[in-house]
Amino acid sequence: MSHESNLMSPEMTFQHHTDDAEFKRRVKKTTILLSVITVIELAIGLSIYTIHKGENPSHLLVLMFKGVVCILTLAKAYYIVSVFMHLGDEIRNMIMTIVVPLLLFVWFITAFIFEGNSYKNLRNTYDPYFKETTMPKEHHTTEKEKAPEEKSGKQ
Amino acid sequence: MATTATTHQTKWWSGGKSPFNLEYGKLMMWYFLMSDAFTFGAFLISYGTIRFSQNFWPDPNVVFNAFPGAGHANLPLAFVSVMTFILIISSVTMVLGVHAGHKGDKKGVIKWLAWTIVGGLAFLGCQAWEWHHLITGEHAALIDGQIQMVGQTTTVNPWGQLVDPALVSEGLKKSSIETLATIVHEHDHSHALKELMGMTKESLVGMVNVAEMHVREKGPVAFGGYFYGITGFHGFHVFSGVLINIVMLIMTQKGVFEKKGHYLMIEKAGLYWHFVDLVWVVVFLCFYLI
Repeated sequence: MSHESNLMSPEMTFQHHTDDAEFKRRVKKTTILLSVITVIELAIGLSIYTIHKGENPSHLLVLMFKGVVCILTLAKAYYIVSVFMHLGDEIRNMIMTIVVPLLLFVWFITAFIFEGNSYKNLRNTYDPYFKETTMPKEHHTTEKEKAPEEKSGKQ
Repeated sequence: MATTATTHQTKWWSGGKSPFNLEYGKLMMWYFLMSDAFTFGAFLISYGTIRFSQNFWPDPNVVFNAFPGAGHANLPLAFVSVMTFILIISSVTMVLGVHAGHKGDKKGVIKWLAWTIVGGLAFLGCQAWEWHHLITGEHAALIDGQIQMVGQTTTVNPWGQLVDPALVSEGLKKSSIETLATIVHEHDHSHALKELMGMTKESLVGMVNVAEMHVREKGPVAFGGYFYGITGFHGFHVFSGVLINIVMLIMTQKGVFEKKGHYLMIEKAGLYWHFVDLVWVVVFLCFYLI
């Protein structure tokens, strides 16, 4: 488009060239991709629900599913930032000024999750009341449930 | 492409031009969004820390299972997926609006901005319903030895672990007439609530079907504060995004950008709006999926 060069601020050297058909194809592709990933995430979320409801929930499987959902979310975030926000089209130096500081999150998440986990372990070791009142007692309830039901029937 | 050729010829750091080939305002919007990402990150990581310090945390599928107009039907994740799609679609309409701006297509900008605003308002409406339902919805919980009907607030969480039916029967005997009448009324509409209130405690306890009740203990208190705090902070971003988009719409309609010669302002509003969508993707993960 010849008039395109006029539609920009004087600070800029060139306008990102966006071909209409190419742009539409890209937006369509990204929209479908985001929707499909969301549907997969929902399916996994519901599977976690069914696993929890089952007789012997496999915690490893739940943890794995949660890990998969995290990775899918990262993929969604990548597509939103690089396609919708056009960060992928910017100059490399500019991308680095955004992405490199965000690497702090690696430490931020690791350190604080570790901190929370360590606090839990300490309390479970030294605070029996906390452990007794908050620890899930799935195995006990399945055994106990049968007996009290007779009791409640008498009332 | 022609762009790559230009990149090699241009001396980016020799002055006079933006070395990042971005106007100042857009670059600053990027840095603002980066700092905002850290604000949201800090909130979410704090939530994660607390969650990892607990032995038990409510299953989101149990907490978020209501849908407007569906009554007590158990529909885990259904409503929040509607909200997620609304935000994704409004992000797409914003991309189309920004693209129309690139081409100087005033009508296109107005059309797509208007749709983006509609999407934003729809999302806010959904969130208002969700919050209202969580706060006012009453759930039977065993608190201090008696059954109480409580909603999800920042001080009480009714989503603890399931209670043994034996303990439920014990708790029922200690509960108030009002609570018992409400519980009976929930499953059995043959009696009016007023009529039930007039009955004796013993007959009410006898009418409760303990096996069908899903009474839970109190859950971790922090759940409410984090949920309302973080989704509220995100909702506030959506709200301000809608306001910004309305301002952009009015400015476009008045021809401000036409006179300026470019629609870069729409791009900045677009960046903000996409960021709001991005944050929701992460909030959706942290509160509803895992």
